[in-house]
Amino acid sequence: MTMEKRYYSITANTLVAPQVYRLELAAPDAPPFRAGQFVEVAVPGKYLRRPISVSFSDKGRLILLYKVVGEGTRALASLPVGAELELLTSLGNGFDLDACRENALLIGGGIGVAPLHQLCRDLRASGRKVTALLGFNTASDILLRPELEELGATVHIATLDGSAGIAGLVTDALQQIQPVFDAFYVCGPMPMMRALYPLLPDGGEFSLEERMGCGTGLCFGCTVQTTDGPRRICHDGPVFPKNQLPW
Amino acid sequence: MVKDTSVILAGIRLKNPVIPASGTFGLGYEMAGLFDLNRLGAIALKGTTLEPRFGNPTPRIAECPGGLLNAVGLQNPGIDALVGEVAPKVRSCCSTPLIANISGFSLDEYGICCEKADTCDSIDMIEVNISCPNVHQGGMVFGTDPKAAAAVTRRARQATRKPLFIKLSPNVTDIVAIARACEDEGADGLTLINTLLGMRIDIRRRKHVLANRTGGFSGPAVFPIAIRCVNQVAAACHIPIMGCGGVSSAEDVIEMMMAGATAVQVGSANLRDPLACPTLIDNLPDVMQELDIDRIENIIGIV
Repeated sequence: MTMEKRYYSITANTLVAPQVYRLELAAPDAPPFRAGQFVEVAVPGKYLRRPISVSFSDKGRLILLYKVVGEGTRALASLPVGAELELLTSLGNGFDLDACRENALLIGGGIGVAPLHQLCRDLRASGRKVTALLGFNTASDILLRPELEELGATVHIATLDGSAGIAGLVTDALQQIQPVFDAFYVCGPMPMMRALYPLLPDGGEFSLEERMGCGTGLCFGCTVQTTDGPRRICHDGPVFPKNQLPW
Repeated sequence: MVKDTSVILAGIRLKNPVIPASGTFGLGYEMAGLFDLNRLGAIALKGTTLEPRFGNPTPRIAECPGGLLNAVGLQNPGIDALVGEVAPKVRSCCSTPLIANISGFSLDEYGICCEKADTCDSIDMIEVNISCPNVHQGGMVFGTDPKAAAAVTRRARQATRKPLFIKLSPNVTDIVAIARACEDEGADGLTLINTLLGMRIDIRRRKHVLANRTGGFSGPAVFPIAIRCVNQVAAACHIPIMGCGGVSSAEDVIEMMMAGATAVQVGSANLRDPLACPTLIDNLPDVMQELDIDRIENIIGIV
C-alpha cells in the first residue's frame, strides 16, 4: 500500500454543514485505503498540496470531508463536478483495527470525525461493536451521524451550545455516558485530544494533525515529539498509540 | 542521437546533473519504494549536526505565492546516526553518489562532523551548510561574512579529503566575496543558493504564521535570484557549482547549467511532487534535442 499519484474526477462537491464540504471522486483504480489514511490534493493556483483524510472509500469511489479554513480549501470548494484532481494516495499509516478485540470507542471532534466513517465500517465488518462519541459546536455542524447509525454504531452527540445531544465537550460526554470499550480511536482538534488523553486508558490511538509541507515524509514540517523521539506526522503517523505520546 | 546527460562533479561522474536538495528528500531512502533512486544524479542528505535536534516548534511551513516558507530548524538524528545508520541505509537502496550535508554552531562542531562523515564509506561528498536561516546561532552567521566562511571552510578542509562543497546563503550583499573566500581555503565546489529569509503574518489571527516567526523562502519564485547568484559566482570562481533554487523543470536545469552550474539541486519541487526529480530527468533528453545539445556538459557556463 505505497503512495501513488492518481487523477480522479469530481462527482460531487457539496456543502453538508457550515463551511464543510463532502467531496466525492470517481476512483475506478483506487488502491485500498486503511481507515485513517489521507490523500494530498493538488489545488489549482496553490504551490503545495492539501492533506485531507479519507472519510470513506469503496469500490471505485473516494469520499473526503473537508472544512474551508483558508485559501486552499476555498479554491477546492469552488471546483465543479467533472473537474479532475491530481492526488497522492494511500498516505500515512491509518488506524490499527487489530488493537480492538470486541468493543471500540470512536471519539471525533468537528471535521476530525471524517476518518471515523470508514473506521466504523471496517470495525463493524469484522464483527466489533462500535460506540461513537462525536462533538461539535452546534447542532447544524453535526456530521456523519446517520452514516454511523446505519452501520450499526451507537452514536452519542455532544454540542458546546447544548443545541443537540449532551451539552458540553466530548470530555464531559465521555464521563457521562461511561461507554464500554477495549480500544479507543480519537481524531479531532489537538486541544480536544490533549483533554481526552488523561481520561482514557492505554490501548487506543490518536490521529494527529499539523500544518504539512509535503505530506510524504520529505520536508520534516509536521514533526511531533513522541516517546521514541521526533516523528513525522505525515510519514510515521498520523495515527499514534496513546503510549507513544508523552502528553 | 542518444543524449549524454552525464557530468563530472569534483571528480565524480554523475549519470545526470539532477540532485534532490538537502532537507527536501527526507533522510534519503523514503522514496525508494516509489522510484529507483539509481535514476538520480546524486542525493544530498538531510542537514546534520553533531547532536540530534528536534528542530523548531510547529507550524514550520507557510505557503506563499510561488513557493513556501520553512522553519524546520535542522531537525536531524545527529552525525553518529547519519554515518552509522542513515547513510548506509540509503546506500543499501542505491549506488547513487551520496552527499552528506553538515551544519554546525561552532567551528569545532563543523570540524568534528566533517571528520566523522569523512570516515563513512557510504558518503561520497560533503556539503557544508553555512547558510541555514532557521537556527538562532550558527548556521547563516558563518555564511554572511567572508572571514567566517573562510574559517569554516579551512576547518572542514582539514577534516576531510572527500570532495568538499560549501552551501552559501543569498541573504548577503556580495555573494561573490564569500564564494572567493571559500575557494581560497580549498573548497572543491560551491552550492548556491540556500533559502531567502522571509516571514508571513496571519491577518485574521494577528500572529506570525510560523512559530519561529521567520523562515526560509524557496520555490519557483527564487529561481531568478539563484540564476543570478550562480552566474556571478561562476564568472569569479574556478570551482564547480551545484545550482539550487526554484528548479522545477528540465528547462530550468538547462538554464541553471548555462548560468554556470555543473550539477543542479531540486528542492521545493519534491515537496509538491515526490516524482519531480525522475520526471525532470525523463524530460531532459527531449529538451536537449529541442535545443540541439548532445552533451549536457558542453553547456556549463556558456552564458
